[in-house]
Amino acid sequence: MKMLVVDPDRCIGCGLCEMACSFKHTGEFSRTLSRIRVYRWEKTCDAVPLVCYQCEDAPCIRVCGVAGAISRDPKTNAVVINRELCIGCKLCMFHCPYGAIDFDGRARHLIKCDYCDGDPECVKYCSVKAITYSEPVAAGEFLKALEAQRLRASSKGPGAAVR
Amino acid sequence: MAYGYTGRVLNVDLTQRRIWEEPLNMDWARKFIGGKGLGARYLWDRVKPGADPLGPDNVFMIWTGPLAGTFAPSSPKYCVVTKGPQTGLYLDSHAGGIFGVELKFAGYDGVIIYGKAAAPVYLYIENGKAEIRDAKHLWGKNAHEAEDALHAELGEAPAVMTIGQAGENLVKYACISASYYRQHGRGGCGAVMGSKNLKAVVARGTGSVKVAYPKEFKEACWEAMIKDTLENPEAQFGIKWGSPSLMWYTNSTGAFPAYNFADGVFAGADKIDANVILKMATKRHACYSCPVGCGNYVEVTVGPYAGTKVEGPEYETIFALGSNCGVDDINAIVHANYLCDAYGLDTISTGDCIAWAMELYEKGILKPEETDGLTLTFGNGAAMVQMVEKIAKREGLGDLLAEGVKRASATLGRGSERYAVHFKGMEPPAYEPKGSWSMALSYVTSDRGGCHLRSWPIGPEVLGAFWLGAEPIPLERWSTANKAKVNAEQQHQYAAKFSMEICDFDCWNNQRLTNMLWTGTGFEEYKDVKEFERAGERITNLTWLFNIREGMTFDDLKLPPRFSLDPNRSGPSAGRVLSEADYYTMLADYCKIRGWDEQAVPTRAKLEELGLADLAV
Repeated sequence: MKMLVVDPDRCIGCGLCEMACSFKHTGEFSRTLSRIRVYRWEKTCDAVPLVCYQCEDAPCIRVCGVAGAISRDPKTNAVVINRELCIGCKLCMFHCPYGAIDFDGRARHLIKCDYCDGDPECVKYCSVKAITYSEPVAAGEFLKALEAQRLRASSKGPGAAVR
Repeated sequence: MAYGYTGRVLNVDLTQRRIWEEPLNMDWARKFIGGKGLGARYLWDRVKPGADPLGPDNVFMIWTGPLAGTFAPSSPKYCVVTKGPQTGLYLDSHAGGIFGVELKFAGYDGVIIYGKAAAPVYLYIENGKAEIRDAKHLWGKNAHEAEDALHAELGEAPAVMTIGQAGENLVKYACISASYYRQHGRGGCGAVMGSKNLKAVVARGTGSVKVAYPKEFKEACWEAMIKDTLENPEAQFGIKWGSPSLMWYTNSTGAFPAYNFADGVFAGADKIDANVILKMATKRHACYSCPVGCGNYVEVTVGPYAGTKVEGPEYETIFALGSNCGVDDINAIVHANYLCDAYGLDTISTGDCIAWAMELYEKGILKPEETDGLTLTFGNGAAMVQMVEKIAKREGLGDLLAEGVKRASATLGRGSERYAVHFKGMEPPAYEPKGSWSMALSYVTSDRGGCHLRSWPIGPEVLGAFWLGAEPIPLERWSTANKAKVNAEQQHQYAAKFSMEICDFDCWNNQRLTNMLWTGTGFEEYKDVKEFERAGERITNLTWLFNIREGMTFDDLKLPPRFSLDPNRSGPSAGRVLSEADYYTMLADYCKIRGWDEQAVPTRAKLEELGLADLAV
C-alpha cells in the first residue's frame, strides 16, 4: 500500500494541489477545504506542503470516542472519517501532532486526507513532482537519497580534506 | 447565483471614510469578462472625464478575474485599473502572486477606491468586511519593510500589496509591490496610491469559488495545463529558465535594445543571461495556481552587493537596468532590481530614464556638475544603482528623472527630447523596434503607452514563435505587410486573456481559453471562439475610447525619433531604421483593419457592432 511523500525542496508553492483537492472533495475551490495545504513564505520564496501522514498508530483513532467514526481504510491504509458517525467534537483535530485534520465550518464536520481512495488528485496536479504516491519502502529510499544529496552538498565541497 | 465571480464589489471612499458594497453588474461581466475589461468599464463609469490622475477625483480599482481561485492554470493574476499619471490615459497593471486569490476568497471581485485620506491609511479586507486603518507607522517604510510590519501585526500571512517611498513621493512610474516580488509595475499606479495616502491593501479570506459546469471546466483546465503549457515546446522557456531566456532569442536576432535603444544587440549579453541568473538562483517560485513557476529567487554572493536577495531579475529588468544602461554586471542589476522592488519603482521606466540620462551625459547635454557627482556613463553599474535611490527619493537629478523621459525632456530642453524614447509618455520595454517593426506598432497602439503586453507580434515576425494557435500569417521582417493584421488579432487575444486574468506565460490558444471561460462562468455565448475574440476587440476599443475621451489625439501617436533617425550599429539589424513613412503605413493599415477613421478614432459603426454605441464620444 502506498503513501504520499512530500518534498518541500521541490515545492514551488503554486497550490494547484489545494485547488485540485478541494474540488475533488467538495466540488468547490477553496484553500480551507483542501485536505492538503501549502504554506508559503513569500519573502524567501519558501513553500511547504502539509498533509496527513496516515500514522500506523494514529492518535486521532485512539482519542475518538465514537466507535467507527475514524477508522483505517483496509484498501488504501488511509485513516478516514465517517461523516455519518462523526459528532464533530474536534478531539482528533487537537490531538493530531501534525495539524493534519481540519474542521469544515460550513458543513460542520471534520475533514482530512483520504488518499482519494487510492488515486490522489494532488499528485496529478503537481508539475514539479513535489508530491508523489509510492510504497513506503520506496519512499524511504527516495527520502534517504535526497538527504544524502543534501549532506554531500554541504560536506564535500571543493577543497575538503581527503585523508 | 454567479459562477466564477463572487458577485460583489467593494466601494471605499477615503475622503468620507465610508465603505459600502454593490452587486457586480453581471451584464458588464458578460461583455467585459473581468480584470482588465471589467475594470475599464467601471473606470469609464466612475472617473469623471478630465480628472487629475494624482488628484482625489481619480479612482483606484483592483479587479480579479472570474477564474481566480480555481485550478485554471496561471489564473491568479489581478490588476489595478486607474487613470495613469504617466500618460494621463487609461492604465491597467497586472500582478500575480496570491493577492487576487485572497481577495476572491474574501468575497470580492473588485475594489473601487475613491477620494483621498486625510492621513496615511491602509485598507484591510477579510471575509466580506473591510476597514480603513491608520498607516502612519508604515508611511516612510519601503515596500518590503511595510509588508514585514503588516505580517507581524496581522498574524498568519495575509496577502499584501503596498507602495514604497517612490509611491509616496509620487514618482510618475512608481509601482505597487505585492507579496514582495510581484509588481504592478507600469504606468505609475503606485503614485496613484500615494496620492490617496493609501499605503497598502491587505486581503485574507476563507471563502470558495464555484464554477458553472464542473466536469467540463475540469477537462478544459486540464487540457490548457497539459497541452498548452507542460507539453508545449514553446512554453518550456518559462518552465526551465524563466523570462530571462527570452534574451537569447531577441539578442541573437538583433531586437534586444541596448544603450538607450541605440542598438539591437548587447555585447555583454552572455554576462547577464539566463544561465548566469540560474547559477545565482537558490529557489524556483510560482504564483498561485501556476504550473509554470517562472520565478527565480537569486542571491548575490560576491562583490559590493553580496547578500542581496530578490526574486528576479526578469527579462525586462536585465534589459532596462542592464543592456539599456550598457551595464553587464549582473550583481549590480540584481541589486538595482531589489532597490526598485523595495522603493516601489517600475524597473522598465527606471532603467530607461537612467539610460536617457547616460546618453545626455555622454553627449554633454547633462553636465558633470548636474549629476550629483555621478559619472553617468553607459556601463557604470554603480552609478546606475545610485541613480535608482535618487529617483525614489527625488534627490538631485533623481527629481527630474522621476517625471519620466517625456516630462523630464520637456523640462530640461537643450535638445534632450531627441533622445527621449517613449510612446504616449511611457518608456518602452525590451523589444527594439528597428529590429522588430511590428513592435513599434504594438507600442503605439497599446492603450497604456509603450508596452509589450497588449500584443507580442515580434513572436511571429522575428522569433518564429506562433503562440496564438491561429493560422500562421507569412511575415517579412523588414516590411510593413500584414503587421497591422497580426497586431490587431493578438490584441484581441491579449485583451480577453488579461480580462480572464490568465498569465501571458500560459495558454496561447483562444479555443482553450474560451473553453475555460464558458465552463467556469456559464456564459454560453463564449462556446463560440468568435465571441471570445469579439470580447477582446470590444475591450480594446473600450480602453482606446477612454483615451480619446481623456484627450488623446492622433498627434500623440508619434514615433520616437530614435527609431527613424539612428540606425542600429551591430548584429543582424545593423543599419536598420524604421522610417516614419513605414511607421505611418502600418498605423494607417491598423486603423483600417480596426474600423477606425484615419485619426484613429473608432467609428460609430464599429462601436455599434461591438455593443459600445452608448459610449460614443
